[in-house]
Amino acid sequence: MEVYLEFKYLSDMTLASIRRIIAASSVGTMIEWYDFYIFGMLAKTISLEFFPADNPTAALLSTLAIFAAGFIVRPFGALVFGRLGDKVGRKYTFLLTLILMGGSTFLIGCVPGYKSIGILAPILVLLLRLIQGLALGGEYGGAATYVAEHAPVGKRGLYTSWIQTTATLGLFVALGVILLVKSNMSEAAFTAEWGGWRFPFWISLLLVGVSVYIRLNMSESPLFAELKSSGKTAVNPLKESFQQRANFKLVLLALFGAVMGEGVVWYTGQFYAQSFLETKCKLDFEQSRTILLWAIAAATPFFVFFGWLSDRIGRKWILMTGMLLAVLTYRPIFGYFIDHSIALDPTATTIVLTSDLYWKFVGLVFLLIFYVTMVYGPIAAFLVELFPTRIRYTSMSLPYHIGNGVFGGLVPFIGLLLSTSLPGDPLVGLWYPIGITAVCFLIGVLYLDNKLDENVMD
Amino acid sequence: MNSLKRAFGLVWLILGPLVIYGLVDAAIQFIDPLGKKDINNPVVWIIIIGIFTPIAIGLMIFGWYAWKGDYDRLPHSSAELD
Repeated sequence: MEVYLEFKYLSDMTLASIRRIIAASSVGTMIEWYDFYIFGMLAKTISLEFFPADNPTAALLSTLAIFAAGFIVRPFGALVFGRLGDKVGRKYTFLLTLILMGGSTFLIGCVPGYKSIGILAPILVLLLRLIQGLALGGEYGGAATYVAEHAPVGKRGLYTSWIQTTATLGLFVALGVILLVKSNMSEAAFTAEWGGWRFPFWISLLLVGVSVYIRLNMSESPLFAELKSSGKTAVNPLKESFQQRANFKLVLLALFGAVMGEGVVWYTGQFYAQSFLETKCKLDFEQSRTILLWAIAAATPFFVFFGWLSDRIGRKWILMTGMLLAVLTYRPIFGYFIDHSIALDPTATTIVLTSDLYWKFVGLVFLLIFYVTMVYGPIAAFLVELFPTRIRYTSMSLPYHIGNGVFGGLVPFIGLLLSTSLPGDPLVGLWYPIGITAVCFLIGVLYLDNKLDENVMD
Repeated sequence: MNSLKRAFGLVWLILGPLVIYGLVDAAIQFIDPLGKKDINNPVVWIIIIGIFTPIAIGLMIFGWYAWKGDYDRLPHSSAELD
């Protein structure tokens, strides 16, 4: 009966309608990532504007804005919106997260600076940043679940992989918008109280408006709608997800056997690499940014490739191969960056690469992001298939945001901690992502199944 | 394979408290009111230890389940979860 239902509505769907669903879900999620990233990318200007270092309260609020939004609020948002998504429905929940994210991003761009309204400025920015973290925690699980529940058997990996491209594309768009704004004005005009740094925040309102309009015209996930009409939705998704041993053990397996390693590989490839090139290799600001842009542009199609491949050979071994490659090659790759930049001229304050070396660096950063595509491309389909429909949103959102927000988000901090403890080795910060990925690889190889779940209706 | 899964359960069980010990030890070592870096900031450590302690407990529970054989065979349908 259940397989019949799944077959019936999926056969009713046209290719155009499934494309519309993927596009609407992916664009919204990409905008959420864009919103989340621009704060981090403009952190230096924002801290000067809102969090002056000579005011200890403002400095404390700055710390909370940076750490609490990623580490505490994201997993909390996963719980709050996951519960809502499993009770009320996927469509309205991820519509709400989009509005919250877009609204708070736009408002960050409207808050007057510390010079104008004093301590109220950092308090408002902190509150808005926390709303951003909360919304991001709720968005991904909804979008991935929504697309997966529309996808026919054998195409779940391929269709959800479009959602997986959004985090990288969000980073790409954020980098591009900031570079574009910056290149069209002077440094003083960009960093002024009401200067160009606010434009990327204001642009968000337009992007979110378009995305909300598209999402409003979408219907509820057919699997959830079926569950709701038959009165089988979860009464207490949090209790079912985390208090029932049979399901809780899967939440733990998802976290420690897949998402923990995926999160650190992702952050190392896309964020740590960039900061490493800038701070350790002393690479020119624009070169380090454009290296990342080229590498992202070349690697992004592989998210879709590995999503497609995972429909054919299973998710597990693609995830595990990506992790193993990361463990084995991180130190040689980052060692090459050092040996061919600052090591050539240790007294230089800024290194400008020759064209030949520049493209070699692009190639190596591409490789780092290629690993990201292996571990991140199939992860949504993997998580969706691990949990039943009625508690899927809640169950998959929490491990995802702990894996990415906490384990991944801590890559720069632990890197700093290790390099402070052992300053002699410039690559010492890599032991954290290598260690976490190795443990996750071991757990994944030992405990995960490579079986594809053909029926996610149950 | 199942005996290997169970044996490694003990490793995860032990790893949990070690992670908490390592973090508390590092916090004591690095918190410095005069320091300027994030690792000298007690608020950062409170947030990190606060969020990592339940995760480490989760790893211990994972190890316990593995040791008890809960992962010998994964469920293939939702009916097996009820």
